[in-house]
Amino acid sequence: MSTNTDTSTTTTTTSTTSTGGDPDGFDPDGDDFDFDGSSIKRKHQLGTIFLGLCFAATMVGIVALVALLADVLLEARGWLTLEFLTYPPSQIAENYVPSNYGELSTGPGGMYPMIIGSIYLIILTAIFTLFLGVGAAIYLEEYAPDSGLTRFIEANISNLAGVPSIVYGLLGLAVFVRAMQTGASLIAGALTLTLLILPIVIVQSQESLRAVPDSMRQASYGTGATKWQTIRNVVLPEAVPGIMTGIILSLSRAIGETAPILMVGAATTMFTPPDLTDPTGSFGAMPMQIYEWAKMPEAEFQHVAAAGIVVLLTILLLMNAIAILIRNKYDKRS
Amino acid sequence: MSTEPIDLSRNGNDVGTIGDRLARYIFFGCAAVTIATTLAIVLVLVNGATDFFSTVSLTEFFTGTDWSPRAADNPSFGVLPLVWGTLMITVGSALIAIPIGTLTAIYLSEYASSRVRRVVKPTLEILAGIPTIVYGFFALSFITPILQQIYPGTGTFNAAAGAIVVGVMIIPMVSSISEDAMSSVPDSLRNAAYGLGATKLEVSTQVVLPASLSGILAAYVLAISRAIGETMAVTLAAGALAQVTMNPFAEIQTMTAYMVEIGTGDASVGSIGYQSLFAIGLTLFVMTFLMNVLSMWIRSRYREEYQ
Repeated sequence: MSTNTDTSTTTTTTSTTSTGGDPDGFDPDGDDFDFDGSSIKRKHQLGTIFLGLCFAATMVGIVALVALLADVLLEARGWLTLEFLTYPPSQIAENYVPSNYGELSTGPGGMYPMIIGSIYLIILTAIFTLFLGVGAAIYLEEYAPDSGLTRFIEANISNLAGVPSIVYGLLGLAVFVRAMQTGASLIAGALTLTLLILPIVIVQSQESLRAVPDSMRQASYGTGATKWQTIRNVVLPEAVPGIMTGIILSLSRAIGETAPILMVGAATTMFTPPDLTDPTGSFGAMPMQIYEWAKMPEAEFQHVAAAGIVVLLTILLLMNAIAILIRNKYDKRS
Repeated sequence: MSTEPIDLSRNGNDVGTIGDRLARYIFFGCAAVTIATTLAIVLVLVNGATDFFSTVSLTEFFTGTDWSPRAADNPSFGVLPLVWGTLMITVGSALIAIPIGTLTAIYLSEYASSRVRRVVKPTLEILAGIPTIVYGFFALSFITPILQQIYPGTGTFNAAAGAIVVGVMIIPMVSSISEDAMSSVPDSLRNAAYGLGATKLEVSTQVVLPASLSGILAAYVLAISRAIGETMAVTLAAGALAQVTMNPFAEIQTMTAYMVEIGTGDASVGSIGYQSLFAIGLTLFVMTFLMNVLSMWIRSRYREEYQ
């Protein structure tokens, strides 16, 4: 098309001066005018092919998700028993086979201590992130002046969100486990996970605080309330649903993290659950145990790992459901 | 009396009890924790790496092509095989996630009805919420057996399976952020193009794509940064054999996988293995930090502002 344009321009300007010489070189009598619609048809075909490509690409992600879930569920089928949830792990593959349960002298193999360990880990992480995350968000949204320091803090937070989780693990290992001498403990794991999810919690809490209309703050000030009274009695109650949703979603990321607790030194074959009253004791957690099972060469352990994954994903699903419920409940009210 | 307008935003800032002022300091303390975290990360990594580099020269570390820290008589610390492993996973996963993620974003932003978008977008984001250890298991139990049928020489641990699962994992990062950028392109631009007789394909690729390029590029960089730091999936899928190879079906080791290897074995404090963790960690941190800064820079430098 473009090569034709030059020649047609010259012919148009020389022959029909009455039209004033179209600068685009459009020539109604020329060959490049599409009478039979073939070029439009070609464009339509290209458009359809492109749409097909886009749709196929979208399906790749969905198919991958379905394949992943189906793979895990099929591998776990028949291996996820009540005993699996209530007994400690075993290093012998046969102990996990449900048909063997009756003949075992040691009792069936399971992941009970790791389930409890993960729950404790998340409870402690929740407490730390609630204070630090919401506190930092309140400072940045309600108190912080528009200064260089504030901008630096915010840029720093968005950079922290991009630091690989295993680097947080190294941080936890060097600072909590070694320097503060907490050992490979529940508290070291929880603090490491707290630092890991803190940037996400802060950003999401900030958004919830920002969504509280300024008119409510002004109304509170108008009644003579101080800044802290306003935050405590007006802003926070309004922002709590959004903050809770953000925290629960972040915690559901934390509960599946393996690399940080691995670096901190989570135990793999724990026979008793950690003691919440003694947070300096050693601990096991679900993803760590799943990793241990998944890298075992015996075929049985593949199924055991899959059963563990189903338990982990179920807990994740529950946490997400709670977050969505909270969001929907408070969305309707407004 | 002053005629200046009252600055309502400062209301309550100056008045109040001790408790009020205390609250401000406590909240500032919480925000300061994030700065302390960054400082601590840098200090810990630099400190550990300094110990490491007092034994191993910088030249050997950054130019050596042999990574065998366990060799009893003559351990060798050339980081290149590990960087190569990370690079293979990163490039492979980017080759998967960037085209698929971008086309997905175009579909969701330009073609899909809002009902489809409301279902598909969160569904894809589930992919980003699945723990990475699960992707590692998926690679071992599903992807690798398929690869072994296609190419029988595929090892139990291989770079291709790792790249595929990491690619799938970062698809939602590319698609969601790109879709947000495309959706923020004002309809007036699209309508102007339609008015000129452009087809939907032309509008998508020649109007929307260039207009949202900064957001899309930022998404690519973030996704690549995520792939560099990805740990558990590549540890399980790609293995623990540090080597420079062009064969995607061979076992490799990434920087992160090496850290896991040392982290699970009990490397005693002060040993060269323990110190090497921090040298590798610092290399990893610098790489992802540069990617994150690049992403922020692209966004601020090339941002198109629309009313």
